[in-house]
Amino acid sequence: MMKPARRQRLQMILLLLVCISVAVGLILYALQQNINLFVTPTELVTQPQPLHRSLKLGGMVALGSVVRLADGVSVEFTLTDYHHSVRVHYRGILPDLFREGQGIVTQGELVAKDDFRAEMVLAKHDNNYRPKVLQKLIQQVNAT
Amino acid sequence: MNRWLSLVPLLIFILLAIMLWCGLSLDPSKLPSSLINKDLPHFHAQQLLQPSQSIDERDFKQHVTILNVWATWCATCWGEHSVWMALSQQTSAQLIGLDYKDNRDFALQWLQTRGDPFTNIIDDRDGRIGMELGVYGTPETFIIDKQAKIRYKLAGPLTEAIWQQQLRPLISRLERE
Amino acid sequence: MMPELGQLGLIIALFLALLQAFVPLYGVFRADVRYQLFARPIAYVQSLFVAFSFAVLAHAFLVNDFSVVYVAENSNSHLPLFYRFAAVWGAHEGSILLWILVLSIWTSAFAYCSRAIPQDVVARVLAILGLLSVGFLLFILATSNPFLRLLPQSPVDGRDLNPMLQDIGLIIHPPLLYLGYVGFSVAFAFAIAALMAGRLDAAWAKWSRPWTLLAWSFLTAGITLGSWWAYRVLGWGGWWFWDPVENASFMPWLSATALLHSLIVSEKRGALKAWTVLLAIVTFSLSLLGTFLVRSGVLVSVHAFAIDPARGNYILKFLAIVIGGSLTLYAIRINKVVSDVSIRAFSRESFLLINNIFLSVACATVVLGTLYPLLLDVFQLGKISVGPPYFNRVFVPIVLLLALFMGLGPLSRWYASDKRQLLRYGSLVLSLSVLAVLLGFIYKHNFNWQVLLGLSAAFYILLATLNDLHLRRLKKLTISQAQWGMYLAHCGVAIAMIGVALTSAYHDDKDVLLHPGDKAEVAGYSFEYVGEQDVKGPNYSSAQATFLLKKDQQLIATLKPEKRFYSVQEIAMTHAAIDVNLFRDVYIALGNPMQQSAWTVRLYVKPFVRWIWFGGILIVFGGLLAAFDKRLRVKLKVQHESMA
Repeated sequence: MMKPARRQRLQMILLLLVCISVAVGLILYALQQNINLFVTPTELVTQPQPLHRSLKLGGMVALGSVVRLADGVSVEFTLTDYHHSVRVHYRGILPDLFREGQGIVTQGELVAKDDFRAEMVLAKHDNNYRPKVLQKLIQQVNAT
Repeated sequence: MNRWLSLVPLLIFILLAIMLWCGLSLDPSKLPSSLINKDLPHFHAQQLLQPSQSIDERDFKQHVTILNVWATWCATCWGEHSVWMALSQQTSAQLIGLDYKDNRDFALQWLQTRGDPFTNIIDDRDGRIGMELGVYGTPETFIIDKQAKIRYKLAGPLTEAIWQQQLRPLISRLERE
Repeated sequence: MMPELGQLGLIIALFLALLQAFVPLYGVFRADVRYQLFARPIAYVQSLFVAFSFAVLAHAFLVNDFSVVYVAENSNSHLPLFYRFAAVWGAHEGSILLWILVLSIWTSAFAYCSRAIPQDVVARVLAILGLLSVGFLLFILATSNPFLRLLPQSPVDGRDLNPMLQDIGLIIHPPLLYLGYVGFSVAFAFAIAALMAGRLDAAWAKWSRPWTLLAWSFLTAGITLGSWWAYRVLGWGGWWFWDPVENASFMPWLSATALLHSLIVSEKRGALKAWTVLLAIVTFSLSLLGTFLVRSGVLVSVHAFAIDPARGNYILKFLAIVIGGSLTLYAIRINKVVSDVSIRAFSRESFLLINNIFLSVACATVVLGTLYPLLLDVFQLGKISVGPPYFNRVFVPIVLLLALFMGLGPLSRWYASDKRQLLRYGSLVLSLSVLAVLLGFIYKHNFNWQVLLGLSAAFYILLATLNDLHLRRLKKLTISQAQWGMYLAHCGVAIAMIGVALTSAYHDDKDVLLHPGDKAEVAGYSFEYVGEQDVKGPNYSSAQATFLLKKDQQLIATLKPEKRFYSVQEIAMTHAAIDVNLFRDVYIALGNPMQQSAWTVRLYVKPFVRWIWFGGILIVFGGLLAAFDKRLRVKLKVQHESMA
């Protein structure tokens, strides 16, 4: 009575293991194909990246670099990390926090060397960054 | 139920935990600088505010110095800056800034709008001095004694706890040396 | 004075939680019922003190007490009353306090509703809940005190609540989510108690089922609401972003869904018990992980830990103790409490097992996609992000396979079903639904693979579910409330799938620059930009544009999207205008202002997007219906039996 049950259980576990390893294999494959590398302008310029591969590019929007194109919804701007700069082309609505001199992240691909087409622009309001402990310290010092 | 099977979840968790633990202790802020108790490396640079004047390691002699590495592109430094503004009036040590891999115009604009807590600022445009100091990222803070020897390094922003527990006692001890 | 009292309340609650944890355990250890009976009253009193502290913090917000740092950071005197209350859980400290409050609500609810459960089980469960309270109370008191004061130099006004959180969705979203997360602590406590006692019978599964169902319903509601909020407030019309913050709530949801189903097998057949216990532990662990991932700031940067090491260290150690401890207990004890029960293929239990496998794999893919970038970043192997393509590619096939078994599962019978009949029936329903979708394509001339797969799967689930219901009524079989719940929830899944498939495939959008008087056209709708005007809100000023939405020259609606500027935090927010009906949403969001009242505007038409949330609501009701099934309520008789 025990034995068939045992054997069945073993088969079940083996089947499970096969399923899981196939699943893990597929997942890892998908992961390899679909990650977005995060690069800085310097990396983009100094280490040539393959064209037409989805990338995330982060940097500062250079002051005075934003140009709106004739269609009204396309913009071009320069992203810089103060060593190297990349010209970014984007068609669409810019996020509310997009500003010159602001740190932003774009997602897109290189269509030619020096021509980055962004599909998405994200701005993080990190200028609001102010650790609380520090703020307290300031207030204490101001009080004395 | 197989005995070993029941151990699998625990093993996976332990593996993850060890990885995370190691990873977080790899945190650059925990890495000791190999320069501690060594002399400040020789350098010669322009002052940020008066490019015609130079600054080098001899300017560190005779004072206890807090050397703060910052840059305008470093978001964390923006928060830390106001702390230095406040502390510069509180401490007897000389506070020297090192503007790391930065654009001078931005830096000047920054100092104008936010105030300048520093006695003097090293303009390290190409990051060479920072490299010699083993700077990982900004902000970083060094304490340098009267013999221009590096005695302490802090990676990451200054917090009240660190100031009270580590920097302030160290500075007053070094002042007495 | 008040804030200090609030803090004192937390300290007293901590001591009571310690008592709640150790006195009943001592009673269990000594087999002394008097100490065990102590568990309930302590739990009630502990909850009272927590509730008091929470009320104090809420009061501080309502009366604008900016001497409290947390209030000053997250509120403002111009903030509407409504949002001032919601601001209590607007940031880290308050949300941890909310967590504790919710934990004490669940604890009290369990204490109150557990009269029919044997005393030693109740004592153990309450003791474990008490231990969790201790962990969180220590955390809040040691590292995240919300009552911290700035005296005597208190600011005149506060920094205001993050404008993104100033929305009705966000007032209810965190409490619902937490009711879900924390609710799994009861199932978790049951599992640990069973492991400690070395007794794991069908009754155990029966006791924890309603609690799990209830928590799961709340979590489902929280996720649905979160999706709706993201759609409305984050602006850009997406309803799910596979963002780590969303994933943090989705991971426990998937494993809890698996848990629900395996609990049924454990209750009805006494099988899969080891697996069920493991799922209970994993679900709660993922809830903890989710809370901390979102609240600790690790997602923004792993180095958030470096900024506030005390908090990070505590979190890591707490997670290590809770998860590591329970898994160790599991490894040691599980063999003693589980007996072999064989499962045959083509039985309901085998289908539920398959469902569990798929759900677990789905959960694992989300966990992997969420944690992988974090791990790489921690080891400084590079910064990457895992985007929606990964999740869509991996997740969608799993869901489709799952759907296949969702249809068959309810039709199968316990122990063994007629294999032939089941397969024949399944293929009939499947081909019918595929055929229906294909006919639809011929009628509409817009073939799309994803829609074919998604809609067929959804129809298949609907048909199979409704047909099962029909058959049962024909055979005059009684349908329990829990079963009604199942039907409802499964239909909800199908309806949400319809929404997902149609919105993803047929949505249409356009970014355009419009001057006053300009028109644009998207998917047969004409948008006419009339003009803009300034509007003043309580804590913001706003540019409001007026659009006329027309179809076939007929005016359908006047839409007024806004761009709001919150003056305190200096943040601009896009407030979209949406025209809603059952079959489509028309969505206008203002982009960037140009010269002469011109705006860049994003226009969307999103067919069937409401169905996603409507499906979510059905799932919630299904869960609630099942949770309150009378048959799951333990009768007093059981107690007498087990005590005898």
